[in-house]
Amino acid sequence: MDLQTLLILAQDAVTNSAIYALLALSLILVFGVTRVIFVAQGEFVSYGALTLASLQLGVMPGTVWLLLILAGTAAIMETIRLFASGARQELPKSLAVLLVPPLAIAGLVKVCAPLHLPLGWQVLLTMLIVMPLGPLIYRVAFRPLADATVLVLLIAAVAVHFVLVGLGLLFFGAEGVRTPPFSDAQLMLGTLSVSGQSLWVYATSTVFIALLAWFFNKTFYGKALRAVAFNRNGARLVGISPHLAGTVSFAFASSIGCLSGVLIGPITTLYYDSGFLIGLKGFVGAIVGGMASYPIAAVGALLVGFSESFSSFWLSGYKDVIVFTMIIPVLLWRSLSSTHFEEEE
Amino acid sequence: MIRRAGFILFLLLLLIVPAFPSFYLTMGSYIGLYSIVAIGLVLLTGVTGLTSFGQAGFMGLGAYTSAVLTTQLAWSPWLTLLVALALTMIIAFILGAITLRMGGHYLPLATIAWGISLYFLFGTIPILGGSSGIADIQALKLFGIELRDERVFYYLIWGVCLVALWISTNLLDSREGRAIRALKGGVSMVEAFGASGLRLKNVVFIYSALLACIAGWLYAHMQRFVNPSPFGLNQGIEFLFMITIGGAFSLWGAITGATVITLLKTVLQGILPKLISQSGNFEIIVFGIMIVAVLQWMRGGIWALVEKIIPPKPDRSVKETSGLTMRAPPERGSTLLKVDGMTKAYGGLMAVKNMSFEVSAGEIVGLIGPNGAGKSTMFNLISGELPRTAGNIYFGSHTISGLKPPQIARLGLSRTFQHVRLIPGMTALENVMIGAYLRTHDGIFSAGLRLNRSADEQVRGEAARQLRRVGLEESMFVPAGSLSLGKQRVVEIARALCADPVLLLLDEPAAGLRYLEKKELAGLLSDLRSTGLTVLIVEHDMEFLMNLVDRVVVMEFGEKLAEGLPQEIRSNPAVLEAYLGGV
Repeated sequence: MDLQTLLILAQDAVTNSAIYALLALSLILVFGVTRVIFVAQGEFVSYGALTLASLQLGVMPGTVWLLLILAGTAAIMETIRLFASGARQELPKSLAVLLVPPLAIAGLVKVCAPLHLPLGWQVLLTMLIVMPLGPLIYRVAFRPLADATVLVLLIAAVAVHFVLVGLGLLFFGAEGVRTPPFSDAQLMLGTLSVSGQSLWVYATSTVFIALLAWFFNKTFYGKALRAVAFNRNGARLVGISPHLAGTVSFAFASSIGCLSGVLIGPITTLYYDSGFLIGLKGFVGAIVGGMASYPIAAVGALLVGFSESFSSFWLSGYKDVIVFTMIIPVLLWRSLSSTHFEEEE
Repeated sequence: MIRRAGFILFLLLLLIVPAFPSFYLTMGSYIGLYSIVAIGLVLLTGVTGLTSFGQAGFMGLGAYTSAVLTTQLAWSPWLTLLVALALTMIIAFILGAITLRMGGHYLPLATIAWGISLYFLFGTIPILGGSSGIADIQALKLFGIELRDERVFYYLIWGVCLVALWISTNLLDSREGRAIRALKGGVSMVEAFGASGLRLKNVVFIYSALLACIAGWLYAHMQRFVNPSPFGLNQGIEFLFMITIGGAFSLWGAITGATVITLLKTVLQGILPKLISQSGNFEIIVFGIMIVAVLQWMRGGIWALVEKIIPPKPDRSVKETSGLTMRAPPERGSTLLKVDGMTKAYGGLMAVKNMSFEVSAGEIVGLIGPNGAGKSTMFNLISGELPRTAGNIYFGSHTISGLKPPQIARLGLSRTFQHVRLIPGMTALENVMIGAYLRTHDGIFSAGLRLNRSADEQVRGEAARQLRRVGLEESMFVPAGSLSLGKQRVVEIARALCADPVLLLLDEPAAGLRYLEKKELAGLLSDLRSTGLTVLIVEHDMEFLMNLVDRVVVMEFGEKLAEGLPQEIRSNPAVLEAYLGGV
């Protein structure tokens, strides 16, 4: 292997790692706040890229329908819940919160989709469609299970993964897409050429991670969210709503997923089911961080990115085998280094 | 009665399926295969509270091992079954050993990764035939006759499935099985009675993997062709869906779920693509929605509904004689427990500081102190649940500080828990039977093959005897979760007694008890003392304690404040100061 190849592989690795790191952060956040091991996180990656691709073609993306169906289901569930708990007077406000934004977004997309807007606006529109999916999925699938065990929540998450993948096929078909790059620029660093898109990935993920760090360390809501992750009951007692925290964490999950999809859409061909594996690689990073530590998870994401990139050079057929088998020694290391603790459920 | 009739009806249905067109026969065979895997998964998920997405991977391991060895080396399929089982056991053991020590969600995560890796390996390694798979696998031969007929194979599959069902049912109704059923509530209770939680979890995981491996082996010789696609992660997930829909808490839920999902999948795969006019696995949308709905509205699955309709199993009668050997009590008055300079520090906080006291055989000693005095910490140091910082504890002629709870239990120390740890779904009798874990020695194999009957009857008899002793005879067959808190505390004592202890440790036994219940409890404890049992009680309730105990040890701020006869303690100025804030 010469230096040139090494640098290209490393560049590839860093680009992918950045995405895995973003996903790992969001997985840890969702797990901490809601105890949901959100294996369906990766579906937002596919949805992001495929929604953008639909907008590129000037057609209404299928995810808009999903948005409307989820909002409708959530509205029905909310109505039943409020009637059952005798809080009927809250109904108009709750329904407005659940229904108005999705309807407005759907209307906006209906108008804007055929206009072939500039890429930046289309990305914005994509984010607008995919981001509300997270909180709505939380409302419909996970909030009624808030008192369940990690195991039950995991099974629910897997079920949501099945639904989202199936719908992905229904909405977008089996064809893969590649979205246009944000920039065609090529930056020459000595002999290495770095694509503009890679720079976009680095910049965006760095900004996003910095933003998250700022949010969690400096803002009131961020601290509240961390409090929920640390101790749900304690947080509830001091007046932090676990449901609000769950909603916010799922909004992060869908935004981060969608953003990742939009960012790597120009680099790899994405199919309706590609997101799952990407999400799981983020998971390997998160597991390296013990599902709890953000910085270690980021290191884990780098580990995943590099082993993937370099094994694709030497043993391309075994790329995924290597990445996923890596989890075993990682778990062994964690198992030996962690003190035995009991999980009370 | 209805249960038996239902079972016979089920068997008849199984018998006549081959009379129908071959489509139904094939469906029947698949349902049987999936049921075998699902039974293992019920034990793992519904009973033990763990789960695996890798069962399809283990199935693939069984199928591919046999496919390669029979086609490449022309080994007998019966020999390859043994190889496949050995291989599965090793891999399941490694995965379990690595993940089971940590939180419960690491096993499913590891099995997701393992399932994906294995799937890609099947498709990549040249000797495994790549994505086109391996064809012309040998047919099974039994007594020189090749089992090529689909009907014969159908019966073989269901024969295996029924045997798996029988073994699993036996296993759950055994010494190890009761301990396994107790694992969901955490391992500390079973460990206090001598079982190793980690070992039991590993056993269940290996057992479920072996069942999946057998199903895979049957699959390979039924199809006589294997390729990677039926062994991917999605199939692993579908197994989990089967037991969720069928009912994860019952072995029959496994068969129900396998049937429902398999039939529904076939129907949906026929209808949906036409409806949507596009090809693809759209049934996964329906499955996913179904699972979320089941989890939200009927967590016990279909079988829980069935259980509501059919009458419960009649209570099996109990012989109230127990032939279990009893320990010889130590000589009355000799030193039984000696705590010497025990210290427990959490960072800079000394929860227990240089505590020393003794308990003599045949006496009841009370350990009292204000809230936060370190009583429970002291208690957990004796029972071995907490590691010490310094000091020693001697029990009879043994040093027990540094030992784990199961080893300490083995020496004759038995305990109750401050927060009641009974298994709500098990009867009071079964809960008490867990206490006798160390008194019989039947393992997994003899339990599975029902060779443990006589020993198990003795344990039942012993448990019934203890329940009668504590006055809960009439609640024997009632689920422990439906008893009042007071009765639950007494069941805990009966369970501790069932271990035939030399020393009984009681952690706040009177908390939450009514006046009369306290009086009865005090009477029970005095009776126990008269039989030679030694008791150490941690308690708040002074009135309850002072009329009962022989001696009192008082703790404050992690240290011993006083020690002596109840009337001495009552007038000890330091104790009054600690309790009443100075008089």
